[in-house]
Amino acid sequence: MGKHEQPDLTAATIKGGVATQQRHDSAHKHVTGEAVYIDDITEPRGCLHAYLGLSTVTHGRVRGIDAEPALKMPGVVAVLTGTDVPGVNDISPTGRNDEPIFADRVVQFYGQPVFAVVAESRDIARRACAKVKVHYEELPAIVDYADTGETPKLVCDPLTLQRGDVAKALEGAPRRLSGEMRIGGQDHFYLEGHIALAIPGEDGDMFVHSSTQHPSEVQHMVAHALGVPNHAVTVDVRRMGGGFGGKETQSNLFASVAAIAARRTGRAVKIRPDRDDDMTATGKRHDFLVGYDVGFDEDGNILGVDFTYAARCGFSADLSGPVTDRALFHCDNAYFWPAVKAVSAPLYTNTVSATAFRGFGGPQGMVGAERVIEEVAFATGLDPLEVRRKNFYGEPGRDVTPYHQTVEDNVIARIVDELEASSDYQARRKAIRAENAKGGVIRRGIALTPVKFGISFTATHFNQAGALVHVYTDGSVHLNHGGTEMGQGLYVKVAQIVAEEFQIDIDQVKITATTTGKVPNTSATAASSGSDLNGMAAQAAARTIRERLADFAAEFYELPRDQIAFLPNRVRIGNQEIPFAELVKQAYVARVQLSATGFYKTPGIHWDRDSGKGRPFYYFAYGASVSEVSVDTLTGEYRVERSDILHETGRSLNPAIDLGQVEGGFIQGMGWLTTEELVWDGKGRLRTHAPSTYKIPLASDRPRIFNVALADWSENREETIHKSKAVGEPPFMLGMSVFHALSDAVASVADYEVCPRLDAPATPERVLMAIERLSGRARRHGA
Amino acid sequence: MTKPPIRKEIRFLLNGESVALDDVRPGDMLLDFLRIRRSLTGTKEGCAEGDCGACTVLVGRLGADDTLTYESVNACIRFLGSLDGCHVVTVEHLKRADGSLHPVQQALVDHHGSQCGFCTPGFVMSLYALWMNDPDADDRAIETALQGNLCRCTGYESIMRAARAISCYGSPDDDPLAGERATVAHALRMMGDGARVEIDSADGRIVVPADADDLARVLEAEPEATIVSGATDAGLWVTKFMRDVSPVVFTGHMDGLKTVHTHGNMLSIGAGVSYTRARGVFAAHIPQLGDLIERIGGEQIRNMGTIGGNIANGSPIGDMPPPLIALGATVTLRKHHNRRSIPLEDFFIDYGRQDRAPGEFVESVSVPLPPRDAQFAVYKISKRRDEDITAVLGAFFLRLDGDNRVQQIHIAYGGMAATPKRARAVEAALAGQSWTMHTVEEALDAYASDFQPISDMRASADYRMLVARNLLKRFFMETTSGLAGGKAA
Repeated sequence: MGKHEQPDLTAATIKGGVATQQRHDSAHKHVTGEAVYIDDITEPRGCLHAYLGLSTVTHGRVRGIDAEPALKMPGVVAVLTGTDVPGVNDISPTGRNDEPIFADRVVQFYGQPVFAVVAESRDIARRACAKVKVHYEELPAIVDYADTGETPKLVCDPLTLQRGDVAKALEGAPRRLSGEMRIGGQDHFYLEGHIALAIPGEDGDMFVHSSTQHPSEVQHMVAHALGVPNHAVTVDVRRMGGGFGGKETQSNLFASVAAIAARRTGRAVKIRPDRDDDMTATGKRHDFLVGYDVGFDEDGNILGVDFTYAARCGFSADLSGPVTDRALFHCDNAYFWPAVKAVSAPLYTNTVSATAFRGFGGPQGMVGAERVIEEVAFATGLDPLEVRRKNFYGEPGRDVTPYHQTVEDNVIARIVDELEASSDYQARRKAIRAENAKGGVIRRGIALTPVKFGISFTATHFNQAGALVHVYTDGSVHLNHGGTEMGQGLYVKVAQIVAEEFQIDIDQVKITATTTGKVPNTSATAASSGSDLNGMAAQAAARTIRERLADFAAEFYELPRDQIAFLPNRVRIGNQEIPFAELVKQAYVARVQLSATGFYKTPGIHWDRDSGKGRPFYYFAYGASVSEVSVDTLTGEYRVERSDILHETGRSLNPAIDLGQVEGGFIQGMGWLTTEELVWDGKGRLRTHAPSTYKIPLASDRPRIFNVALADWSENREETIHKSKAVGEPPFMLGMSVFHALSDAVASVADYEVCPRLDAPATPERVLMAIERLSGRARRHGA
Repeated sequence: MTKPPIRKEIRFLLNGESVALDDVRPGDMLLDFLRIRRSLTGTKEGCAEGDCGACTVLVGRLGADDTLTYESVNACIRFLGSLDGCHVVTVEHLKRADGSLHPVQQALVDHHGSQCGFCTPGFVMSLYALWMNDPDADDRAIETALQGNLCRCTGYESIMRAARAISCYGSPDDDPLAGERATVAHALRMMGDGARVEIDSADGRIVVPADADDLARVLEAEPEATIVSGATDAGLWVTKFMRDVSPVVFTGHMDGLKTVHTHGNMLSIGAGVSYTRARGVFAAHIPQLGDLIERIGGEQIRNMGTIGGNIANGSPIGDMPPPLIALGATVTLRKHHNRRSIPLEDFFIDYGRQDRAPGEFVESVSVPLPPRDAQFAVYKISKRRDEDITAVLGAFFLRLDGDNRVQQIHIAYGGMAATPKRARAVEAALAGQSWTMHTVEEALDAYASDFQPISDMRASADYRMLVARNLLKRFFMETTSGLAGGKAA
C-alpha cells in the first residue's frame, strides 16, 4: 500500500467506510504477483514434499502395497499408508468415520488416495508414486443412478419436506404431468489447487498453512489424524486462490497428509497435487436426478408438486446430508406450492465424494422448481414468465415454504417487474418469436428466471462467529476474525466495518491472516455467511473498545458520555477535538484495555429436521436475470447475446465487491448449466479432469451485452450488519436464465408445443439432440 | 556445411539479468525454474498443461530480420532448454522502480479486475502483450488475446473494463520494454554465436541445433531423438505423463524452418511457423484458415505451437490437417540432405503412426491456393467455442462446372476417425452430381461407410455423425444462399 500516510484530521468522512466502493485489499499485490499463496511461501529449511498415490480401480480390496521400488529411488524419504497414521485414519467432517485419509482395506472410487510418497522434491515424490505397486481385488462398482438398484444404499439419512396433502392435490388437479431431469455436477476449478504446508514444532505441535475455507475443521482433523489435542495444532490461511466450496472439507486430506508426513520425518512437508489429481481425487458439486409430478390448472396455477431429489453423493457422506437438505429447501425457489412433498435420496456411488459448491444443493433444488414451471408453461401455452408470476409467494395464505417458514421479506415481484421493464423483455420476446417463425437455421430464445435463496447455515449452531481486535498505542488497529479470504472480498468488507466503527481510515486497519490461534472454533466461510457473521463479530469487538475509549474520555475529561463523539480520525470531547491516536495513547497510559474479542450468533433461527419444520433461514436474498441466446440448429452451438440482471444485496457494504460477486456468480452458474460437463466412463473413471477437457467459461463466453445492476432500494429488514445482505451464493443461480433461454430457442423448432426437457449441462450436443428429438416429433405430427 | 561450434550451456535474459545454465535437464520447464530456482513466484501454476494461463510470461526473440518480438507463452510447458537466446519477462519486471504500477496493473486495480488474484499475473502478462501491439484493442481483440486465460471469480467483465482502459494510464511508447529495446536486442545479438548447444546430465541429453542443416546432422546421429518445436503437446508428455524425452532436440528457434513463400499458386509454409504467424499469412491468402487458427488454443499456445508440429504430431483431432488435406496440401520431409514430398493425406497412416522415418523431420507444408472458382470452408465444432479441442472439424473444397455439377470435391474431417480423414464415399456420391440439397441429402448415407466415430468426453458417436452430416448441409447452404442465416457461434 506504499508508505504510511497520516490520517486526515479534518475530513468529513473516513476513507473506506461501509457502503463505499473499496478495492480488494490485496488488489495491488494480485496484479504485481506479490500476493503470497501457500506455494509462494519461502520453504522452511529441509522442506520435504509429499505426493498422493491414487487408486487405479473403482471398487476393490487392497491386497498388498509394494513400496520397495519407490523407496529405492534416490531422494525418497518415506511411503505412507493407512497404518502410518498416528491418530485416526479418518477425515469425515460429520463424524461418520466413513472417509479414510488413505484407503487401507477397500478403495471405493477411481482416484481415491491409497498412499503418499515423501521425498526431497515434488518431482521425485510424484515420479516415485508411479513406482509403488498396489494389488487390488476388484469388486462390482456402482457408478451411475442406473446401478443403484431398487433399495439403494444411502450415505446419510434422507429428508422429507411436506406441507398440505400433495396426493389429494395432484388427484384433484385439472391437469397433471410428471417427468425427470438430470442435472450434472460441477468442478470448482479454483485456479489455485489444493495445497498444505505442515511445519512440526516442539512438544508435538504442528503449524499448518492450508488453503482452506475452514481452518478450524482442518485443525480438528489434523489433531484427530495425529492423535493430539486440538491445542497442539495451529492452522493459518492468509488467502486462497479461489474456493467456491471446494476448500470447505476437501482441504482436510492435504493438511492431514502433510502433517502426518511432517510428524513422521520431523521436517516440514508440503503437498500440492497436480491439477489432474486435484480434480480426480477431490469432491465436486453433486449431480442430481430430479423427479417431479405436478398438478395445475389451465391458467398455469400450480396446485401441488411431488419431488424426489436423488443425488449421486459418492462413497462417503461428506456434506451430502446438508447439501441434499438444501436442495429440498430450494425446491420452491420463489414459488408458493399449495401442497408439496419433497424427498431426498443421498445415494452411495463408487465415485469421488461430492461436496460443497457455491449454492450447496440450492441450485439443483431451484433448477428442479424451474423445470416444473417450464413444463406447466408448455402444457398451458402460457409465457413461462406469466406462470412464474402466478405462482410467486404472496400475501398471507401464500407465504409459507415447504419447511413451514413464513416468507416475510418477499421482494421478488418488484425485482421481476423492474427487470422485465428495463430489459424490454416483452417486446424482445415477441420479436424473437416472429423471427423464429421464419424457420431459419439460427433460432433465438429468451427467458427470465428469479432467484430466492435462504441465508443461514441450516445446521443452526454454525451460525456463530468470533473476532479479535487490537488497538495499538499509535492508533493503528489489528483485525482478525474467523472468516477466510478466497477472493470474495470478505477481508476488505470486515475492515470497512471496523474502520466505520472507530471512524478511522481503512488504511489504519491491518488485515491479518485467519488463524485458529487467534479466533477459535470458527465455522467454515461458507453459506454466503462470511460478512454477516464475521462482520458482526468484528463490529462487536471494535464497539467494545470504542465504548471503553468513550467511557475513559468521559471520566478523564469529566464530561457526560454524550459529549464524546467519534468523528473521522478524531474524537470530539466536549468542545475540543483530538486525534483518535491521541485518545488511544491517553487511554493506554490510564491502563484501559485496548484489545477485545467480539462474538455473534444469528438470532431467531431454529430447525427441527425430524419434523421438517422451523425457521432455518434468517432472511432471503432475491434477484432475477433475463437472457437471450442464439442457437445453431445444425450443430447445437450457441451464444449468449444478452443478459440483464437485477440483484439485491441489502444496503451493500461495498457495491464494487458485490457487483463482482454478481457478475462472477452469474458466469459460473451459466458455465455449470452449459459447457461444464463432468464425464465418467463406464468404469467409473472421471474423463474430464483438466482444463483441456473440462470447459469453464472464457471471456468470449460472456453475454455480448451484459447489464448488471444492484437494486439500490434494497435493505435487509433484519438487523444484519449495516442492513446488508449476503451475496456469495445467490447470484450463482442467476445463470438459470441462460439455460431456459436455450430451452426456449430449442422449443421453436416444434412451434413451442413441446417442452424440450433439456438436461443440464446443455452442451451443444445436448442442445442439438433435443432439437433432433423435437423436430423429429414435429415431422411425425406432419408439422 | 561446416559443423558449428558446440556450447555446453544455454544463455538467455531473465528480466534485467543475463543467465547462463549448464545444468538443464531435458524435462525442465521454465515455470519451475522461475518459481523454485529463482523464487520469482508471481508466475503461477494453475494446470501445467497450457490451458489456464496463470503461468503466462513474455518471451522476446530476435527474428530473422533482426527485430525483437515479444510474445506471451505458457511457462508451464515451455522447456527451459528451448530458451537459448531469448528474453524472458515475468510479472516482476512490470512494477516500476518507484513502486508505482504499470498501466496494465493500475487499470486492473481500478476496475476491480482481480478477486482471488491467482490468475491475475497471467492476465496482466496477456494484456501487456496485447497492449504493446494494439493499445486500442477492441473487445474482440481483447477476448482473443484472453482465450488462453481462465478466471473463475470475476466472470471477466471487470477484466474487460480494465483492458479497455489501459491506454488511459500510459502509452506503450513509454514502456520499459520499449525503452530498453535496443539494449536487449544488442545483448541477445551478442548471445547469438552460431553454436550448437549440447547439455548432458544424468537425466539425459539436450541438443539445440545451430540451424536447420545442423538439425539434419543431429538427427542423423540421433534418429530417435524427440523433436520439440512449440512444445504445446510435447510439454504435456513431461508435465502430465512424466515421459522421458531424452535425447531432446529443440527446433523452435530455427528461422530456417520459419520461412513462408509463394510460388505461383503454391503457398509454402515452414514447419516451424507458429499459429500466430500462420494466422496472418493465411488471412492474406486463405482467410478461412486464418479464422480457424483464431480458435486453436489460446494466444499463448498459438505463439508457441507450429503448423509443422500440428502435422508431425499426427493427432486425429489436430485442426490444421483436415483443411490442408481438403486443399490438396503436400508435406515435405527431410533426412540429412534428402527431401521427399508426399500428399499430406498419405502422411497419416493410423492412430499414432505417421509416414516419418527415424531421423526424418517435417520441413514444410505446401498448400495450393484455392482457385477463384473454388469454394472452401472449414467448420470447427467444440463444447466451448474458444480454446477447446475439436469434437468434429469438417473441411470442404468444391468446384462446380458450368452446369452446377460437382467437378471436384474434397471433404476431410477431424475427430471422426483415428486419423484426419477424407470422406471418400461421400465425395464419390457427390462427384458429377448436380449441387442441390437433394443430392446432398442423398449423399448423407455414405457417411456410414466413411466413418465410425467413437464416443468420448468431447462428444458421443451419434453427435459426431449427426454434426458431420449437418456440416455438409451447412456448406451447401453457404455455397448456394450466401450466409444461410449466419452462424450462432
